[in-house]
Order: sequence, then C-alpha cells, then structure tokens
Amino acid sequence: MGGATETLYSVIRRQGITRRSFHKFCSLTAASLGLGPLAASTIADALETKPRVPVIWLHGLECTCCSESFIRSAHPLIKDMLLSMISLDYDDTIMAAAGEQAEAILEEARAKYKGKYVLAVEGNPPLKQGGMFCIDGGKPFVERLRSMAEESMAIIAWGTCASWGCVQAAKPNPTGAAPIDQVIKNKPIIKVPGCPPIAEVMSGLVTFITTFGKLPELDRQGRPKMFYSERIHDKCYRRSHFDAGQFVEEWDDECARKGHCLYKMGCKGPTTYNACSALRWNGGVSFPIQSGHGCLSCSEDGFWDKGSFYDRLTTIKQFGIEKNADQIGMAAAGVVGLTVAAHAAVTAVKRLTNKPDRTAPPK
Amino acid sequence: MFVRDMRNEARQPPAAVDATPAERGIGHRGVYVYDAPVRLWHWVNAAAILMLALTGYLIGTGTPAMSGQASGNFLFGYIRFAHFSAGYVLSVGFVLRIYSALIGNRHATQIFCVPLWRGCFWREVHQEIRRYGFLAVEPDRRVGHNPLAQLAMFLMFTQTVTFMIVTGFALYGQGAGSDSWQDRLFGWVFSIWPNSQDVHTWHHLGLWVILVFVLVHIYAVIREDIMSRRSISSMISGEREFRD
Repeated sequence: MGGATETLYSVIRRQGITRRSFHKFCSLTAASLGLGPLAASTIADALETKPRVPVIWLHGLECTCCSESFIRSAHPLIKDMLLSMISLDYDDTIMAAAGEQAEAILEEARAKYKGKYVLAVEGNPPLKQGGMFCIDGGKPFVERLRSMAEESMAIIAWGTCASWGCVQAAKPNPTGAAPIDQVIKNKPIIKVPGCPPIAEVMSGLVTFITTFGKLPELDRQGRPKMFYSERIHDKCYRRSHFDAGQFVEEWDDECARKGHCLYKMGCKGPTTYNACSALRWNGGVSFPIQSGHGCLSCSEDGFWDKGSFYDRLTTIKQFGIEKNADQIGMAAAGVVGLTVAAHAAVTAVKRLTNKPDRTAPPK
Repeated sequence: MFVRDMRNEARQPPAAVDATPAERGIGHRGVYVYDAPVRLWHWVNAAAILMLALTGYLIGTGTPAMSGQASGNFLFGYIRFAHFSAGYVLSVGFVLRIYSALIGNRHATQIFCVPLWRGCFWREVHQEIRRYGFLAVEPDRRVGHNPLAQLAMFLMFTQTVTFMIVTGFALYGQGAGSDSWQDRLFGWVFSIWPNSQDVHTWHHLGLWVILVFVLVHIYAVIREDIMSRRSISSMISGEREFRD
C-alpha cells in the first residue's frame, strides 16, 4: 500500500492539496499540540523530508475488535490515515492480497524496512504446546511475532489482549495466552489497552509516531501518557454527582433517571485509566457511563478475572471462598468479636469460681 | 537491649526495679512507662484511625442519595476530605512516632522492633498464650507490653498502618495526578498491582485488620486492668500503677 520512501508532503501534494494549505495544517497541528510558534516549521520540515513510517499489523489470538474500532476513526478519518499518513504494508484483515502473496509481502517488508517499521500487534500469542493454539501461515503465531519484532523499530500492543492478556488469558488460561511484553523483551512496547481501544486513541498514536518519528512519552505501565494519564473518573461528566453524594442504587430508580453517579452500581471509572470520558466513542457521540451503565474497566490489567463487573472490590478466591474484602473483613471482625466475648465470659466464670487471694503479696 | 528488657521485666516484678522504696511503702506503686510524645501520639492516632475507618467505610460503600442539585451538595467531597486529612494526620504522626522511638525510652521502640530471633521471646509468647488460654494463672506484672501484645502490635498495627499509609498515598496520587509527589513517591505500588482495583481491595482489607486489632486491643487492656490489677491509665498519665 504505497511506496515507503515517499514523504507525507509528496502524497498530499499529489492529492491536490496546496502548499499553503499544508502550512496551515502544520500551524494548526502545532497550536493544538500546545507547541511554540517555531514548531510549525519543524513539523512542516519533518513531513517534507521524513519518509512515511511503514506499519506492519499482525493478528494473533484476538477478536478483531481493535481493527473494527480503528477503521471507525473520525479524527483523523481512517481513509486519510491509510491512504496518506502511514504506509500500512501488511495487515491481513484489510489488505487485498491473500495466501502466498500476503506472506511474500510480509517477508519483503521485513527485509526492506529493516529496523524502521513499526510493528502493530493485535491479539497475543498462546505459549502452551509450543504455541500451537494460534497458527498463522502454517506456523505458530509466536514464531512470526518473534521474527517480525526482531527487525522492528518499536511495537504497538493494540488492545487489552496484546497489553494484558484479556479474556483468552482468563483463569485457568488453557492456551497459555500471554501479553506480548512477556515474549518480546528487547524492543520498546507501547501498550494501548482497551477492549477495544478508542479509535481516535489508535489513530492519534499512529499520527504522533509518523509525524514526529519517535515514540510518545509513556507512563509507568508503558501506556502513552497523552491518552492514559487520567482515569475515566477524573473527567467523568457525572463527577459532580459523585462529590455531591448522589448515587444510583437501582438500575431503574429515580437517581438513574436523573443521571447520577454509578459508583454504587460498581462503576470502575475510579480505577480505570483511559480516555473514554474525554474523547468518547463513535466520533464523540457517547461512552458507557453516558449511556447509563458503569465502566467495566476494560483497559485495566486482569479486568476479566476480578469478579463481578458490578462490584468495585475484587473477588478474593483464596481458601475456597468467593467473597469481597468487606464481606471477609466483616466476617473476621464478627468471629473475633464473638471470640472476645466468649473469652471474657470464660474469664469472668474462672474469676468467680476461683477467687484469687487478693491479700497475697505479688510474687 | 531487648534481652535486658525481657530479663528485667519478665523475671522480676518491675516495681522492685523501678519504683522507689517510698512508693512501695504505701502499697501504691507507679512506674513511668510511656513518655509524653508516645501518649500524645497514641490518642491523636486513635482519633485519626476512628475518623479514617468511618469515612473510609462510607467511601467504600457510598452514602444514601442526597436530594437536590449536585451544585447544592458536597457530602461525598467532605467525607473524602475528612478521610484525606485524617490520613495526613495519621501519616505525619506515624513518622514522628518513628522519630520518638529512636530518641525515646525502651517502651517507645517496642511496636517497631520485635526480637523475633530470640528464643526467650518466643518462650514468653508461649507462656502468654497459655495465660490467655486459661492454662496458667499468674498475673502479668510487666511494665510495658507483654511479648504477645508486642507481637500483635507489630504484625497487626505497625505493619498494617504502614501498608495503609503506602497504599493510601498511592491511591491519593491517582486523583492528584501522575505529576504529583504522592504518585512519584508511592506510584510504585501500581507496579505490584497494575490494576488499582486490587489496591482498593487490599486497602479495604487493611481497614478490617485494624478493626480486629482495635477489638482485641481494647478487650485485652480492660481485661488486664481487672485480672492483673495493672492500671490502664498508663496511656493517659504515663504511669502504670500496680494496685496490689
């Protein structure tokens, strides 16, 4: 899909965009990123001289919801992304080629852009039985992942599958599905969790990498800070109801109709880092909390194994029990309380039946 | 130091060591146990824990719905503010308490430093368990904490409070933002539990550990006052009286 040596500038000139418009775009981009006045010329220079970043997109054990999300990107539009901004050299789901031809393209891209391409991985490799649970082109996916990662510049881990493991890694994880940072250790990995990630987060990240030719700043867990530095809760439009103490208690109560906070319904917004409450979904139309349902925490590690989606505390499964922290704590306090009462009773009985000699001197 | 403590406190009546003959003469023997900073800390700390436990429980479960407009209410905000303020009081107090343990008397260090490696310590713990199991009857004549109490304080109080401070500030750092000092200092907690839901869960469990400790602590203090005839007011006046 397009030669890789051409620049973004040459592509948009060919599409009939004037140089004047191009510079307007650069100035606007610089302003919207909060950069200084000189940055516009830096961006223009970069887009005129730097080759478009080749992207190779692999699919492992996944459901393709990341791709489904990505192709709905509105800002920038996905057609602009694919046709002008990036050079998507391989993506078996949306490319025209298939079979032997597709395999040949992959090998060719790997050799041609050695050390320059970005490897986007959707899904993750299963590791048990030598990786035989996910076969891609006749070989275990984990082998393809390793060989493609070898020559890449950086890796984008699309979605919760590639970032954390997601539902295919749920206990007892029969296939041994593992997040890709457990397989690839020697390359920078950008985690873009979410099931799926927001379309604009995906396209925004790709835009950043292609525009600046470098990786964005990452947080402690390897997620781009520009989209994952705040929780859903921090930007939630229902936050004022949280602070006011106005909570929904039943799905059909008065508070639910008034759009109060879903905290007591187990909304996981306070523990979920994602941009849903700021960017929203489907071109900014809505997001789960806006449609009246709590956040499921789909972009957080292990969200699939934490018990109910409607409980803010993790279910604790040790010792053969399935209770949350409060239930366990209350039970423990109850048992200790009863023990204390029983002990006090025994003490009193002992004391009455076995009156100590008060007059005896201490030993 | 602890060897000396235990020999002094366990094998002999402390009154014989610490009290003056005049005090012994009137049959009313007080021993100065807890110095002023420790006593002050104890009550500030107790108040902070009470506040933290109540507000923490409400934060965990949510309040009944407030009526009216969101702009006219700030109940949950105030509850959280009280929780965070009490958390700061607890944390500053805890840091000062560590300092007072370093400069204070030997009873001030008991809750931080437990001689787990000493055989005699465990023998005394065993003896203490026998006493609480009604298998031994002689009353406790120690000045400070008995070894079992010391062990319980270290495991259930000191460690839990440390854990609560660390996880508490880590969770606070989530709201304060990734550029806050709370996140820089305590954000490593999320390297252990990447999903902060787990940190919330453990923070909740911590509340119940503290509550269980408080139950046992208050019961043991009142029981000791009656059974061993040692005054419980030593945490107020600093003096422990042996009434017979």
